[in-house]
Amino acid sequence: MERENLVMQTTLLAGAILLENGAEIARVEDTMQRITTNAGYPNAQIFVLLTGITVALPDAAASQVRAIHRRGMDLEKVDQVNTLSREFATHRIDLPEFATALKHVNQAVPTFPFSWLLLAALVVSVTLMVAFTGHATPADLITCALAGVLGFAAFYWINHFGQIRFLSEFIGAFLIGLVTLIGFYLTPTGYHPDAIIIGAVMPLVPGVAITNAVRDTMTGNLLSGPARAIEAILSAAAIGLGIALTSIFY
Amino acid sequence: MWHWLFTVGLLQTILAYLATSGFGVLLNIPRRAVNLSGWVGAAGWLTYEVLYQVLPLAIDVKLAIGNLVAAVVIGVASGLAARYKQMPMIIFNIPSLVPLVPGGQSYRVVRNLVTGQPQVANQYLAQVVIIAGVIALGFLIAEFINRLLWHFSH
Repeated sequence: MERENLVMQTTLLAGAILLENGAEIARVEDTMQRITTNAGYPNAQIFVLLTGITVALPDAAASQVRAIHRRGMDLEKVDQVNTLSREFATHRIDLPEFATALKHVNQAVPTFPFSWLLLAALVVSVTLMVAFTGHATPADLITCALAGVLGFAAFYWINHFGQIRFLSEFIGAFLIGLVTLIGFYLTPTGYHPDAIIIGAVMPLVPGVAITNAVRDTMTGNLLSGPARAIEAILSAAAIGLGIALTSIFY
Repeated sequence: MWHWLFTVGLLQTILAYLATSGFGVLLNIPRRAVNLSGWVGAAGWLTYEVLYQVLPLAIDVKLAIGNLVAAVVIGVASGLAARYKQMPMIIFNIPSLVPLVPGGQSYRVVRNLVTGQPQVANQYLAQVVIIAGVIALGFLIAEFINRLLWHFSH
């Protein structure tokens, strides 16, 4: 019984880390199935929804559930789980080692320092503004850089400390709109507010979530796909509202 | 066309490389994958831009075909990159999508609805649906090509 328990908990933890950090449903199911098979339970039943995972071992007449409350994007963790699962498959680590390593992944994985994230937000905002619209006057570039960094910083801090969903997107977008609006009144010519906003919101916008929603639906996950779509629509709505609040003052 | 490729095309490729690498950092991909995923993104965006310039069609059709082929290119390139670096594919194909993905349009839908321009919102909504569907389809095709490549290389 002890071993079945460990198999189920390890499988659930691996699945939860993958699902919480941006993997598609099909990938989560596939990885979990591999882990149970390699642990000696090839006919284990895996059932993955966006908000919870179930694993059952029919041979042992046992099953366990794990709820998923938080969804974000951290591909480093996805990579680590993938590597561990591979090492487990080739018997380089055994089940208890695998379980300990997974707990370690979930707690501490090297992340980029905050200054790097701000720099990345700046690069994403400015380059995409130029790529999408072709506008690159000095005023555009400076305002877009400021707005992009400030918007992302607000988004990141609120997510980090408050954990209130959709509020972070709303405040981030509102600040972007505000910076763009202030720039509009300070700059006499050569200023394109629409271009600046479209660049600056790119680090926040749920484009990947929308695409993943369609991909999950296409692989037959008819509950999780639309659920992801709802989540993406809500964050698009939060961002759109944040910008719209400032756009009435032009 | 050649002139375009060596001026605007080159600039767009560099911009897409930077944007993809930056987005990769925001998604916290492993450091040793940042550079390569930047190039995968650049390849996808260049494909899209070239098709957008070359095809003599309506805007929505160009969007559909351009994004479809670009998604196939990104999917196949990520498959190769993933095997080369021994990492899951998701690390390369998610950041690479950032220039293509309909995030900007999705926010414009809501913004135009709120500011009272439902026709404009409708246009953008159509683009969101087209692009998201076509990218998902492109990834399916890429998956198939990846399996064929794997099959014939073994």
